[in-house]
Amino acid sequence: MNVIIVGCGRVGAQLAALLDAEGHKVTVLDIDTSSFERLPSSFGGTSLLGDGTNQKVLKKAGIEGADAFVAVTQEDNCNVMAAQVAKHIFSVRKVVCRIYDPLRKDVYDALGLEAISPTTVFAQLLKEKLEPEAESAS
Amino acid sequence: MYIIVIGGGIVGYPLCRALLSEGHEVLVIEKDAKRCDYLEDNLGSVCIRGDGCEAATLEEAGTARADIFVATTTRDEDNLMACQVAKYKFKVAQTIALVNDPVNEELFRKLGVDYTVSVVTHLLEPIKEEIPTGSLTHLLSLRDEGMEVVEVRIPQDSKAVKKPVRELALPPDCILALVIRKEQKPQVPTLDTVLEAGDRVIALTRGEDEAALRDVFIGS
Repeated sequence: MNVIIVGCGRVGAQLAALLDAEGHKVTVLDIDTSSFERLPSSFGGTSLLGDGTNQKVLKKAGIEGADAFVAVTQEDNCNVMAAQVAKHIFSVRKVVCRIYDPLRKDVYDALGLEAISPTTVFAQLLKEKLEPEAESAS
Repeated sequence: MYIIVIGGGIVGYPLCRALLSEGHEVLVIEKDAKRCDYLEDNLGSVCIRGDGCEAATLEEAGTARADIFVATTTRDEDNLMACQVAKYKFKVAQTIALVNDPVNEELFRKLGVDYTVSVVTHLLEPIKEEIPTGSLTHLLSLRDEGMEVVEVRIPQDSKAVKKPVRELALPPDCILALVIRKEQKPQVPTLDTVLEAGDRVIALTRGEDEAALRDVFIGS
């Protein structure tokens, strides 16, 4: 699989390393070169300096041949914009983006975006961790 | 009209002032507390502090009853998001975005923003007009029709010089609206109008035919 990851933060770098280790072709983008230091020395993919909402940059990253696209920068709006460019301009088959703010989910649904909110996922996880104790206590 | 403006910065502030002076109901949503104070001091109670991409803030602003929604921040991704929330969640009929990087104009329109304004594109027009390479100057986009109103100045070495309009290989659907010649009244060209070097021609063309039109007037 040919994957483009926008945002080489902790999540982006770790995802890039995981996919690379599994033999996928990974290209990771970030606007700050120092972010690429998060990639392990074993990383065999491509790291590219550039703005993941910019169509020229995405073309250079090889988006026209990409099977999947992930937007995980620190900025929700950047992620949403990059994901829409990937989906609606370049017709990438699988597009996923991270959204910290879960309140706008209905908007992303309307836009046809697959968005994961770490806030919601983590809150749910915590709740599940607590539930068995709550049950046994009652 | 109820008009919501996102961002009270160098574009948002004078925009609000102009809209208020025309008697519209205006609300500006601004992130920065100090800027909010400034806006309140100068414009009255027309400001709420908050993130214009936040559904909760837009709810508080009564976005559902807004006639027009304008995003004027310096960040394109924020302007896009704000307009999309207004359009898809609150069903605002008319959303307008300031586009800072002109490459995003087409994208924004594809993604549902009703109207885009690029300051850079507007700045480029008079600059292009001064450059003698003879490119087309865009005067107006008729977006729904997919047509552009353009102006072209005919250079000395153009193959169109001394030719009547009927002999020009104009693209289909292209309409020549005006010929403006120095020290003469602008005239509506007929098939017999003979073009001269230095003439300015105002034409209506399909966006995809611009290159062909350019060749007719500028090609040598």
